[in-house]
Amino acid sequence: MILFLEKRANYSPLFSALSPVLALAFTLVFGTIMFSMLGVDPAKALYTYFVFPLTDAYLIEQIILKATPLILIAIGLSVCFRSGNWNIGAEGQYLIGGMFGAIIPVYFNDFQSPLLLPMMMIMGMIGGALFAAIPAFLKARFGTNEILTSLMLVYIAQQFVDWLVRGPWRDPQGMGFPGTKSFNESAILPELIPNGDAHFGTVFAVLVAIGVWFMLSKTLKGFEVTVLGECPRAGRFAGFSTKQMTIFAFLLSGALAGLAGIAEVSGSVEKLDDKLSLGYGFTAIIVAFLGRLNPLGILVAGLILALSYIGGEEAKIALQVSNRATNVFQGLLLFFVLACDTLIHYRIRLVTSSKAGGTG
Amino acid sequence: MIKKSALALAVTLAVAVTAPMTAAYAGSHGGKVKACFVYIGPVGDFGWTYQHDQGRLSVEKAFGDKVETAYLENVPESSEAQRPIEGLARSGCNIIFTTSFNYMDPTNKAAKKYPDVKFEHATGYKREHPNVSTYSSKFYQGRYVQGQIAAKMSKTGVAGYIASFPIPEVIRGINAFILGAQSINPDFKLKVVWVSTWFDPPKEADAAKALIDQGVDIVTQHTDSTAAMQVAAERGIKAFGQASDMIKFGPKTQLTSIIDEWGPYYVERVKAVMDGTWKQVDVWHGMDDGNVVMAPYTNMPDDVAKMATETAAKIKSGEFEPFTGPITKQDGTEWLKAGQKAEIGTLLGMNFYVKGVDDKLAK
Repeated sequence: MILFLEKRANYSPLFSALSPVLALAFTLVFGTIMFSMLGVDPAKALYTYFVFPLTDAYLIEQIILKATPLILIAIGLSVCFRSGNWNIGAEGQYLIGGMFGAIIPVYFNDFQSPLLLPMMMIMGMIGGALFAAIPAFLKARFGTNEILTSLMLVYIAQQFVDWLVRGPWRDPQGMGFPGTKSFNESAILPELIPNGDAHFGTVFAVLVAIGVWFMLSKTLKGFEVTVLGECPRAGRFAGFSTKQMTIFAFLLSGALAGLAGIAEVSGSVEKLDDKLSLGYGFTAIIVAFLGRLNPLGILVAGLILALSYIGGEEAKIALQVSNRATNVFQGLLLFFVLACDTLIHYRIRLVTSSKAGGTG
Repeated sequence: MIKKSALALAVTLAVAVTAPMTAAYAGSHGGKVKACFVYIGPVGDFGWTYQHDQGRLSVEKAFGDKVETAYLENVPESSEAQRPIEGLARSGCNIIFTTSFNYMDPTNKAAKKYPDVKFEHATGYKREHPNVSTYSSKFYQGRYVQGQIAAKMSKTGVAGYIASFPIPEVIRGINAFILGAQSINPDFKLKVVWVSTWFDPPKEADAAKALIDQGVDIVTQHTDSTAAMQVAAERGIKAFGQASDMIKFGPKTQLTSIIDEWGPYYVERVKAVMDGTWKQVDVWHGMDDGNVVMAPYTNMPDDVAKMATETAAKIKSGEFEPFTGPITKQDGTEWLKAGQKAEIGTLLGMNFYVKGVDDKLAK
């Protein structure tokens, strides 16, 4: 017996619109059950999770800080996914971007110039794009499966950066801890508000969201992305090249992941260390779909996901629930959001194996 | 798209309406002193973090309802540690113990932002603000005793050491161990594997296996989990526990263990906050204060246990100090002349091996 997901011919627009609300309702119900079983007042837990972080200026800033790399990466991924290119390796592009951008401050720690930051950001984008070019080239030239190649390159990137910060790039005064020397003041992205934690990367994220939204909805290139994604054959009749689109989508997505990486390195960590890989590249896949592959939707989705992280941390602090409980709760939220979306647009059909063989 | 922008609007509104109602939870503990702890691993690591959490529990036991405690576990040693530490400070903690070396910078940063909160950083050396203290223990005293036991018990004459990061504290432990061993067997050798983590059970287990495959028949560690003890038990060799009594994980394997007793210090410091007498300190307690305790000497002949007991008693009474000359550095140069004691500054900044360590320190 095989489970098939079948696109519904007519889905209810009402339910489609209510999908996020429905998902939230399910999360609240199951969250209530879980927190009651843990002996925590569910009302207090849910308040701490979803409402309290929004009432506090410091936490709002933390949400913005956490959402920034997620949004930047997810927007790039949305172009990939819309055009039918499954880039699963954004984490690697993010890392290599951060590493490329760090080249100048690592080798020329004392270099100071107003051009330094723009140079670092551009280097970061080049690094991410070059790294994304590998699976793109392999797919366009040899027809390899980009899901596998891009994913496996993540591990290469992780090991490479890990080796760099433990080996040749390690700060000699760092007591043996992995990480480069801290960057010079002029290599650090300015803060959004004085003495705050959020940095200029957020501005990039907003600008990129608007720019890519414009490209996707108002330009011929955007049309090309959609057509090649939904019907490659029709796209080819229109004179669009699938191969060129693969290269374009991967380079754009890699550059944005790289920008997210160097923005994080320069604005937040202020050096390159072995803890840069926090899974943003993978979480951004969820953000991209949560935002329905629309750059403006992603802006909101990134903030919501960041809220669930920060809310989870607050719940740990205020209610002393364990790590696992907050992770499970976040999992519940994502599960219901994606399940509601999927089940509203698709129906599940059970097919016995003989029948499946017949239709296949 | 309409619903997404509606959601955005809702979020914005929620922020705008409720933004003035900040600090919902400050002062919620009404007159009690709130003591908070930041841990690198899970409280169930049965090593380093477990032992700090035992310290937290003794604070609760000592002060009952006059105190409230809270902790965060699995907090990474990176810029990601900043938010949890500040989160605790904002939640009304009066004193915060940050219990891993690399919380040093985030702790000092948070101390600057929250001058009314007292910060206590374990094993570090930076006290950039008057509200930061540092504390550590002379674990190396126990390492010396372990070295002596190892030299008596090992048939191959080689022990294995699973090390985390080459910071002075870890290097001190390695040197004390080999000095203890050489006091019994001058040719004793020590192999070191660096795992570059404090807590990663699979990695720690792999390191133990690699060492055993290289012919060591005693394993000791400067990491936080019980993984190495369990591997040693499987392979039928002996091992030393670390930070906590790990006898349950190797009833036939553990020779002894260095137990970190943080309770007395934590109780003392929380009391100081209650009494308003808290002052910045930099303490380095050892066996004499009961902060470093040896677990029962097990799985060894009586004469070895007797020797270990005597050495520990001498260290405790101050009659003997492990870093006493003659000691030669790994490169063959003389470090301490016969009878000469190491200066505390050299110990705190120790960045060299003594003779007999089969490893090179990365420069």
